[in-house]
Amino acid sequence: MNIAVLSGKGGTGKTTVSTNLALALKSNYVDCDVEEPNGFLFLKPKIDEVEKVLVDYPYIDSNKCISCGSCVNACQFNALAKVNNDIMLFEKLCHSCGACEIACNHGALKYKKRKTGTIEKGKSKDINCARGVLDIGEPMAVPIINKLLDNLLEGLNIIDCPPGTSCNVVNALKYANGAILVTEPTKFGLHDLDMAVEVVKMFNIDYGIIINKDDGKENIIRKYCKENNIKIIGAIPYSKDIAEIYSKGEILYDDLNQKYIFDELAERIKKVIAWS
Amino acid sequence: MKIGLSSNGKDLDSTLDLRFGRCSYFIIYDIEKSDFESIENKGLTSEGGAGIAASQQLIDENVDVIITGKLGPNAFNIINKADIKVFKSEAISIKDAIEKYKKGELLELKESGPAHHGM
Repeated sequence: MNIAVLSGKGGTGKTTVSTNLALALKSNYVDCDVEEPNGFLFLKPKIDEVEKVLVDYPYIDSNKCISCGSCVNACQFNALAKVNNDIMLFEKLCHSCGACEIACNHGALKYKKRKTGTIEKGKSKDINCARGVLDIGEPMAVPIINKLLDNLLEGLNIIDCPPGTSCNVVNALKYANGAILVTEPTKFGLHDLDMAVEVVKMFNIDYGIIINKDDGKENIIRKYCKENNIKIIGAIPYSKDIAEIYSKGEILYDDLNQKYIFDELAERIKKVIAWS
Repeated sequence: MKIGLSSNGKDLDSTLDLRFGRCSYFIIYDIEKSDFESIENKGLTSEGGAGIAASQQLIDENVDVIITGKLGPNAFNIINKADIKVFKSEAISIKDAIEKYKKGELLELKESGPAHHGM
């Protein structure tokens, strides 16, 4: 069973929730925020497996190419251009769709592979940890996310998603049986939560909200959840102690004063999301 | 000789758009005929590689000169390779930009600006 943790707004506490819940639920932790995977900063797993992620890109054989431009016309991603009877390739824009190879009538176009990231796997405190890391300067996260999520372990996986509601998040949700939306009681938090809710609804999966930095009051998030009939899993209080532990890169679940927060959230999740 | 200008609108009174890949229109001005046409920028609606799509469009229109505000690195490389000269303008009217070019008052753009500037 796979539970996606997402937020809309960045910095609301996806990684705090994901890492601590993975420990509370004794599940696998999977960081698919591949542009800035920071879960390992807290879990500090011993990495024992590293795998390259390779993507296809076109290679033009200049002996066969007659510069007809068919490949340029076929490309929907502007990865190819025709200039002065020469074909220019912008490999970072290529989505590896294969259209240019089909369009070329002269057999001048073949695909090669290049590395755009890595998958790292290891163990921390008896839980399995995995993350994808996108190489610096590479724009496309989806191939890394797919490679990571196509190879999920059996059992319960907590998937730490990227922020926002872009392709990267949508792609991660394809693998999820349930979702936790982490938010904070601010206008930004609410605005982006609403967008994230719209995305999750498209997948027809159980979901609930965790309010981080909660003031315990009848705030805008509680009001929103009540009005829209959305279940609140629980809350993490607005607390200086929590901020301090986080800022040192330590795990809240290891702190006896904070551990109960995540044990309670873990119990509540099983009531909000259909368990399998 | 043809000039391609990045523009907010379809006529010579429109303002020059400082963005290249994400401008709304290109004005293609023919100096010998003192005539022009406007075309929609295909880069405007592309998800990525807007500068590349826009460059390809102007290359296919056989322009000799481009007047815009800034070029991203990808567009700069293509246009350089196509031997098209690029001149930098402020956000003035298309008419005025053409006049300034004719008088030799515009500076040639010799390096690219940052990527994704017009997003």
